[in-house]
Amino acid sequence: MKLPANLRINLQRVPMIVTVLLFVLMFGGGTFAYDLSAQVFLNLFIDNAFLMVTAIGMTFVILSGGIDLSVGSVIALTTMISAVLIEHHHWSPLVVIPLVLALGAAFGALMGAVIHYFRLQAFIVTLAGMFLARGLCYLLSIDTITISDPLYTLISQHRIELWGELFISWNVVIALVVIGAAVFIAHYTSFGRNVYAIGGNERSALLMGLPVARTRVLVYTLSGFCSALAGVIFTFYMLSGYGLHAQGMELDAIAAAVIGGTLLSGGAGYMVGTVFGVLILGLIQTLITFDGSLSAWWTKIAIGILLCVFCVLQRVIEHHASADKRGGGKPDKSRLAGDKGGVSRSSPAIVGKMAGKIVENPSAFIAPQSNQA
Amino acid sequence: MTKAFRLIEDARRHPLVWPLLTLVVIVLVNVFAHPGFGPQGFLHVGVREGHLFGALVDIANRAAPLMLVSLGMTLVIAVRGIDISVGAVVAISAAVAATLIGGTLVIENGAPVYVSKVPMALALLAAVGAAALCGMWNGALVAGLSMQPIIATLILMVAGRGVAQLLTDGQIITVYYPPFFFLGSGFLFGLPFSLYVVAFVLAVLLCLTRFTALQLFIQSVGINPVASRLAGLNARALTFWVYTFCGVCAGIAGLIISSNVKSADGNNAGLLLELDAILAVTLGGTSLAGGRYSLWGSVIGALIIQTLTYTIYSIGVPPEVNLVVKAIVVFAVCLMQSSAFRVMVFRRGSLTGAEV
Repeated sequence: MKLPANLRINLQRVPMIVTVLLFVLMFGGGTFAYDLSAQVFLNLFIDNAFLMVTAIGMTFVILSGGIDLSVGSVIALTTMISAVLIEHHHWSPLVVIPLVLALGAAFGALMGAVIHYFRLQAFIVTLAGMFLARGLCYLLSIDTITISDPLYTLISQHRIELWGELFISWNVVIALVVIGAAVFIAHYTSFGRNVYAIGGNERSALLMGLPVARTRVLVYTLSGFCSALAGVIFTFYMLSGYGLHAQGMELDAIAAAVIGGTLLSGGAGYMVGTVFGVLILGLIQTLITFDGSLSAWWTKIAIGILLCVFCVLQRVIEHHASADKRGGGKPDKSRLAGDKGGVSRSSPAIVGKMAGKIVENPSAFIAPQSNQA
Repeated sequence: MTKAFRLIEDARRHPLVWPLLTLVVIVLVNVFAHPGFGPQGFLHVGVREGHLFGALVDIANRAAPLMLVSLGMTLVIAVRGIDISVGAVVAISAAVAATLIGGTLVIENGAPVYVSKVPMALALLAAVGAAALCGMWNGALVAGLSMQPIIATLILMVAGRGVAQLLTDGQIITVYYPPFFFLGSGFLFGLPFSLYVVAFVLAVLLCLTRFTALQLFIQSVGINPVASRLAGLNARALTFWVYTFCGVCAGIAGLIISSNVKSADGNNAGLLLELDAILAVTLGGTSLAGGRYSLWGSVIGALIIQTLTYTIYSIGVPPEVNLVVKAIVVFAVCLMQSSAFRVMVFRRGSLTGAEV
């Protein structure tokens, strides 16, 4: 029995919906158990603004079918460069901030170019980028540099009053702007559609004449920019530069994207999902702190379990989706397309699935693709 | 004349030439920095307390855990996988061993005797068993659920550290049981005992891969998993056991590390080891695209990394530079492996076999 198309929930959205529901349930449960206030909800944004910005950049990279492991160290490098220039060389923050943002973007662009033009695995190139950025931090200084610049302290300590006793920080405003921009870029620009297309199937994107090279380099540039911006936010948050800042942040960002329902093989996912992924990570931390009886390492275990559940959920959905396409619907067209796809290097079943989708619905080439291709 | 030329040409094409050359270059740098065979020289190998000692022995001993992990990682990468949880598995294995052994000082007939909580053999088995379980978990996710390797192992990488801290209750557990220290800092016939462990694992692996069809199977699955499956190979089972083996290797490495520092630290044991292992495997000439691998190459790769670390410390460059140097090495090795790069720079080679 099948519901009409407009009533059926898009399978790709299921992980995101589960995430949102999970967040609401967890927050509801937390409110019930520990009497959380509305400010706790806002604190989730205040304390995780940098992670949100990083995770948004990471989501773009994962959507395009890549991965960026250098984000954590780019954040550290940003805090370090800002601190050194402001404290040791007395540059104005108004010069330093655009400079570090440009540096982050350039760093990302460089990695993207290496990945695309030399056909290297994103994983290993960004791993080298991670070493490089972290090492550069230590070359600048191995100590913490505290920032006492008036503008930084002002932004850091200023509270934007909302109604009642509630407040947010400027970091939250930046993060919200980034989220808005990301949603716009992902869903309302040709660049966003290209990212989804490349992640769905790079070869068909290329054959359709999409600018694969430009898009791929831009995606890593965007991620580098987001990391640098997260670094600026992190500098506001910590008021210091340190080479060990944001260690392991790349994993948090990947986890947030996965929990938010972004398909790791690329091509499917939503920015809003990532935002909720970050909120869930933050909430786990908050609940464990509120509880008091649970030790800090339960955070890691909880995140691990959550990651696992969502990864399995993704696999089940992918499996279900491909079975759905092969079993029901229009078998003739699928089979026909599958025969044509047999010459491709991907496995016939996958090509059949992909091609079948394109035949049925020209816009569906962004559908998830199994990772074995 | 042509014979000699062909010999050189053959040698140039041998997969181990580049790793060996790299190692020789780094060793030469050290030799120039500290020349001679005297006590200050890099090549000095003396005898102290009945065993060999010197910079070379020290490097080999310290590289032992990395070599073990790299061996496991080599096979995982050969079947197109990656295992970034090895650091966490090292921490888990160390935590299990340290918690089970513990060790207390008991005065027996006037002589101090160290007693372990459970027999050491049992504790070691339990530690390696726990590591094997971790490997099986990874294997089940990758082979059973066809999850992307980097993400499947990411789960254990995040959660594993938590589990290790759970086992040690967030403390650094110190071991007071001298027999356990033999594993990481003992000597047998004048050489560090850990080297024998590495040699044993390497020998087992070489026998298994050379004298059975295992090597062929691994390469086949690495080059084309779907074709291997269609050819009747049980690719899933193979992948599963390769990950399990990688876990076991990491477990043994964890034992050596914790025995060397006489304690287990859930937070820091084996930190960033996965990256060093991947680097070692890449340096050894194993293709990250799967299929082509070299066990000896990975051993040499591990030695390169350890010698590099030693060099950076010994020639007085700040140790922080280590990361930058590693980054440059990774970039260089990757670029050399990239056929697109070779075409662009050397104008030779072809793009037909390019890995995407």
